[in-house]
Amino acid sequence: MSALASEMPLARKAPSLSATGMTKTFGSFTALGDVSIDVAAGSFHALLGENGAGKSTLVKCIMGFYSADKGQVTLDGQEISIRSPRDARAHGIGMVYQHFTLVPCLTAAENLVISRADAPSVINWVKERKALDAFMETMPFRVPLDAQVSSLSAGEKQKLEILKLLYLDQRFMILDEPTSVLTPGEADEMLGLLHGMCDRGEITVLMISHKFREVKTFCDRFSVLRRGRLTGEGDAKLATVEEMSRMMIGDTEVRERAARVSHAETKEVLELAGLCAEDDAGLPAIQGVNLKIKGGEIVGIAGVSGNGQSALVEALAGQRPLTDGEITIHGEIFTPKRGNFDRFKVFGLPEEPLKNATVPRMSVAENIAFRSFDKPPITSLGWWMSKGPMRAKAEELIARYRVKTTSPDAPIETLSGGNVQRAVLARELSGDVDVLIVANPCFGLDFASVADIRSQIMEARNRGAAVLLVSEDLDEILELADRVAVMSGGTISYVAPIEATDRNTIGQHMAGH
Amino acid sequence: MADMTVQSLSIAQIKRRPSVGTLRLAEAIIIPVAALIVSALIFSIFLLVLDKSPITFFTLIWTGGFGSSFSFQNTLQRAAPLILTGLAFAVPARIGLTMIGGEGALVLGGLSAAAIAIPLVSAGVPAFLTLPVMAIAAMLAGGLWIGFAGWLRYYRGVNETISSLLLSYIAIATMNFFVEGILRDPASANKPSTMPIGDAYRIGAIPGTQVHWGLAAGLILAVVLHILMTRTTFGFAARVTGGNARAALAQGLPVGKLIVICTMIAGACAGLAGFYEVAAVHGQANASLVAGYGFTGILVAFLARQVPLAVIPVAILFGALNAAGGVIQRRMGMPDATVLVLQGLIFVVLLTSETFYGRIPFLQPKRVEDRT
Repeated sequence: MSALASEMPLARKAPSLSATGMTKTFGSFTALGDVSIDVAAGSFHALLGENGAGKSTLVKCIMGFYSADKGQVTLDGQEISIRSPRDARAHGIGMVYQHFTLVPCLTAAENLVISRADAPSVINWVKERKALDAFMETMPFRVPLDAQVSSLSAGEKQKLEILKLLYLDQRFMILDEPTSVLTPGEADEMLGLLHGMCDRGEITVLMISHKFREVKTFCDRFSVLRRGRLTGEGDAKLATVEEMSRMMIGDTEVRERAARVSHAETKEVLELAGLCAEDDAGLPAIQGVNLKIKGGEIVGIAGVSGNGQSALVEALAGQRPLTDGEITIHGEIFTPKRGNFDRFKVFGLPEEPLKNATVPRMSVAENIAFRSFDKPPITSLGWWMSKGPMRAKAEELIARYRVKTTSPDAPIETLSGGNVQRAVLARELSGDVDVLIVANPCFGLDFASVADIRSQIMEARNRGAAVLLVSEDLDEILELADRVAVMSGGTISYVAPIEATDRNTIGQHMAGH
Repeated sequence: MADMTVQSLSIAQIKRRPSVGTLRLAEAIIIPVAALIVSALIFSIFLLVLDKSPITFFTLIWTGGFGSSFSFQNTLQRAAPLILTGLAFAVPARIGLTMIGGEGALVLGGLSAAAIAIPLVSAGVPAFLTLPVMAIAAMLAGGLWIGFAGWLRYYRGVNETISSLLLSYIAIATMNFFVEGILRDPASANKPSTMPIGDAYRIGAIPGTQVHWGLAAGLILAVVLHILMTRTTFGFAARVTGGNARAALAQGLPVGKLIVICTMIAGACAGLAGFYEVAAVHGQANASLVAGYGFTGILVAFLARQVPLAVIPVAILFGALNAAGGVIQRRMGMPDATVLVLQGLIFVVLLTSETFYGRIPFLQPKRVEDRT
């Protein structure tokens, strides 16, 4: 076992990998149709594509989670057969998932040792620590080995995941959107390090991404998938962003973005004063959030995930009790109860709508009726519900908001992510809106849906709504917001009009400086 | 050319496909029925190993449960409490809770009914006043008991399955405590019981049958609760809460109140079953109340897919199983508990069958494939 550690640094070089003619179907659906990619040894290769384009299917076939219907994988020119993730691991192919796979209550060192397939049943920690220290000496970056993983920052966890692959001597790395949980600074540092290791021929990286900026800055080559087909590949330095995005979205007609209408001076509508709330473990999640939003204004809240943004949205939506502070709308105190949502015209588009805003097993029509089921025309006598008016309203909104569904009676969980979000949008935006609370509205959606949904939010603003937009996508905030606020450590640490700030300044405040 | 055939074929398929609602209904019927058949097959193997004839067994179930007017009335008699305890599981299930405390609520309901009857009977209050008071006492006791488990769930985060199960044991112990203590009728020598309410206070049979009125109460409640859960704003709000409590909170629904009301309704149903056991069957409260109706009710509700109306036929089916127990014991020389083995087996197969929902290809609506 110590032999593993001592032989490790020079055991393997960066391999090359090609997947040829990969095909995978699920029932009648072709998730992957005859896709081939070549990743040269020591290159940093980007795999681009929208959600559902087949990127995950492709890497899952390479990793052995799925077995491809057709196609071959060759490693350093030799054909290999990968039937399970264990085989992939034996061939030195490793993957870093979007969500961390570390054990939070163990230390970094413990996480590394237990990840080994040959971890002994009784661990000689003195010996292992020596081996680990020797291993860390050879690495271009470090993490504190004795720190509990739960106390590490997202960037450090990501580094630890990568160290884990190196420790296991997996020199072909697949990274699934590795920067989605990092600050812009952390992301650039991380990618820079990986880029350096690729250049020195220590590792080969295949990175799933949809951030063009990162691909242009750090990657050597790229391949693009759309609807399960390879639609393009090329040199990441030479190709333009326009070319890449055309390959990704094809000729899909993208709805014209709603233009920003400028308002005359408007009054403050929503005011948050000293809001405090606790997380599920009873620790302070938000501590004294103060913010004022005018009618016809979008305030974007940026921040690294986990700095209290979701607790803030939950508190405003009534999903989390406030421990202190007041929400006022038009000068009146607002408590998130059913009657008040209507009286104050407060609407919301929470993140992950399937989890937060719908009942997956109820029908599309029923889900669309959540706001109106207890009022006429659906309800008479205050309690008796009629299906007819509910269905009629649902059919109208399904048509108006272009929700693709087999029938209003289909369970909403059978819809794609974009259509679930459209159905929620139809429910929340079809009336008069004074206050709109939005959280990561476009997370995981395709291009056309993103454009559509952002337009709807902009239109609500133009009609005079006060919009609070919480987003982990800085580009989204830069595109939509009139003012930017940064949340860090449970409070709002920075507020500025959009024209008076830039990506760098916001990034620094996100990191807590 | 090939493409065109494929396309026209798929359009034809879409046109032939039944509606989403029909498919879901078909699924909800086919899977439990298939589970019953599979359980019967497995049980047949069990019988063959014991060198008994499965054919005789299932024939006896049929004759013992439905074969004659007498046996069918026996079945209905046993189905009556099962409808009520089935509802006691089904209603909280609609709001997302797994409440298995029906047994305790039934026992406590029976005890309360018998206890409140003692002073009323000895004071000579007429039956038409005494019986409603007994019924209300039983429903209140059961309702508060299960309602307490619901309250613990929402306001203190206590797992309702564990708490309702443990509350059942407390309820049974409480009954024993009173029946063997201060409420004991000195005349009940071998089997400690409360004072008999007397024949004048017993609820009679539905005219023309030997089945007591508990059956009618069960049927009416099943219909009323079905309407409540499917056609009213209360039921809609409860289903939203049961399907996704986070979404319910975001809609400003009073989740805590809904949970407590649903669990109180459930407890009241089981408590009412206890009332009928005392007022119509035993005439007093004693250990006979602990007959497992509460637990069989869980099985009934499961097989009925938590649909109040469907509880009725399933309860009758299980009533028949129980009714046939005696015949099987006499004719096949097998212990009474044989039927319990079959019930347990059905439960396990049924739980397994839950995993097949949404996985049987011909029962699925066509998904919209818009991976753009």
